[in-house]
Amino acid sequence: MPQILKTFSLNYCAHKTKIQMSNIIEATQLTRVFGKFTAVDHISFSVKTGEIFGFLGANGAGKSTAMKMLSGLLLPSSGKAQVLGFDVYTQSEEIKKRIGYMSQRFSLYEDLTVEENIHLFGSIYGLSKAILKEKTDALLVQLEFVDQRKTLVSNLPLGWKQKLSFSVAMLHEPQLVFLDEPTGGVDPITRRQFWEMIYAASAKGATLFVTTHYMDEAEYCDRVSIMVDGRIAALDTPKALKTQFEADDMNEVFLKLAATSNLKII
Amino acid sequence: MKVFLAFLKKEFRHVLRDRRSLAVLIGMPIVMLLMYGFALSTEVKNSRIAIVDLSKDEVTRTLIQRLDASRYFTVTEYLDNPEGADLLFRQGKARAVVVFQEGFQKSLLHTNTASVQIIADASDTNTGNTVAFYISSIIRAYQDELLTHQKLPYRIQMEAQLAYNPQLKSAFNFVPGVMVLILILLCSMLTAVAIVREKETGTMELILVSPVRPWMMIVAKAIPFLLVGLINVAMILLISYTVLGLPMRGNLLLLVAECGLFVLLALSLGLLISTRTDSQQTALFISLVGLMLPSLVFSGFMFPLENMPLPLQYISKIVPTRYFFNILKSVMIKGLGFSQVWKDTLVMAGMTVFLLGMAVRSFKMRL
Repeated sequence: MPQILKTFSLNYCAHKTKIQMSNIIEATQLTRVFGKFTAVDHISFSVKTGEIFGFLGANGAGKSTAMKMLSGLLLPSSGKAQVLGFDVYTQSEEIKKRIGYMSQRFSLYEDLTVEENIHLFGSIYGLSKAILKEKTDALLVQLEFVDQRKTLVSNLPLGWKQKLSFSVAMLHEPQLVFLDEPTGGVDPITRRQFWEMIYAASAKGATLFVTTHYMDEAEYCDRVSIMVDGRIAALDTPKALKTQFEADDMNEVFLKLAATSNLKII
Repeated sequence: MKVFLAFLKKEFRHVLRDRRSLAVLIGMPIVMLLMYGFALSTEVKNSRIAIVDLSKDEVTRTLIQRLDASRYFTVTEYLDNPEGADLLFRQGKARAVVVFQEGFQKSLLHTNTASVQIIADASDTNTGNTVAFYISSIIRAYQDELLTHQKLPYRIQMEAQLAYNPQLKSAFNFVPGVMVLILILLCSMLTAVAIVREKETGTMELILVSPVRPWMMIVAKAIPFLLVGLINVAMILLISYTVLGLPMRGNLLLLVAECGLFVLLALSLGLLISTRTDSQQTALFISLVGLMLPSLVFSGFMFPLENMPLPLQYISKIVPTRYFFNILKSVMIKGLGFSQVWKDTLVMAGMTVFLLGMAVRSFKMRL
């Protein structure tokens, strides 16, 4: 077990027991074409309910596009996909109600206060006033943001914004959360806190679908898929991948796979 | 409904927190009105004129006195010959030169005719015209006085009446013009920029993955701007009525309804722009080049459409501001009712439906 995990092994163990055999995401031959460019090229994979699924790949490998199709933001060109048992073509509204989403870019409203952002997104997901108030108070205490309740989000440091953004995505207790490079540009301490939050969410039963560029973070995932040129080049537990590619760490696995890319992004 | 209210609250906060933009939103119409009202007036007031009096008799002295006494002119120079006019024009010391012929009074009494030459500086066409027109009116008035004492057998009495705007106040033209510009700027440019900003910052993505219907956000976004637009309309009307002396001849309700329709049209345009662009700069640029310039040039506000070459006249037919400008002038200044502006109204309504349809179509494609 990686060093960092020992500090929150409680959540980690709770998380491990939550993984079920049923699939929360099932994609078959999922494809998205932009003009002549095939961003996602017939990918098939599944994510188990309760797991932390790492979605890796170089820039432009098709991660974000795949994620957008699964979250109902983008229609696939062909292929099939079911998320939470709903079809991405016809039932995206049902999917949207049940998922959380945190984008690559920090994307709360900068000119609203911490509290106003929480209220806005809480209302969007249909939380009642009483529940919203209770949740806001609990959240602010948990994030140690009580003094920042009325601070404009634009005045918060980036790491704080990311934590807030994640908490807002978790506000309506979604069964499945998509995190698109949640820790980009964040210092190591905040990254570690961030992963503690991810494990805590998982311990409560959420499934997490995470894209990242940090290979040490890939080690924290239950299973990892690595995308190269719109295809899934490898998919397994970090341990199995390291054995398969005879690598010491995930970084080496990633470099060995990315070297096969047509784009030659290293 | 609760979700919509949450959105509305958010949009009002966006607008109210951005103090600088808000100051521009509210201040711009006032500045524009005052600018056009006082600095850029096309009226002639206290224009400097020069006199070449080759006769120096009783009649010419009376005429010069009348010109000087009118509020339009001040006689600043006396020249000995008309050749000096050129220099005065070039130095900008006079708008016009009035030349009385030698033996003016004698000629008038004996032959019944005497000639006055009016040389106006037409480098500024409108002002040159107006100045020449005013001078001849003053002289004609004097002539008419003379004639009342004398009986002549045949005489055609000419009387030009400037309907709706007898004093040729430029406010009658620019107030509707400023209203057109303000409304199109506010309602389309700002809406477009505000929506595109959400795309840029990524908050749009967050809204799109949520169960919220996009129209909710867009309608909520438009409402504060609509409100600011209506406040501006009220402010412009109030200032024009009190400070600039503009009449309010038509039905106020009809006027407000037409403003409402135009605002809708502008909002649809803004929406269409926002669906086709991804950055605030592009949205701003398209709004400025694509909306503001045509609105200025092709609305008839600055340049008369009738004088334009035919191809440009055809282009003007697809510029929505042209119709709104016409409606505003008809209702506010001429006091015409709906029966006179229904055609323009219909065109605007048609354009609104078309633009909204296009916007909704491209919006859906993006999802």
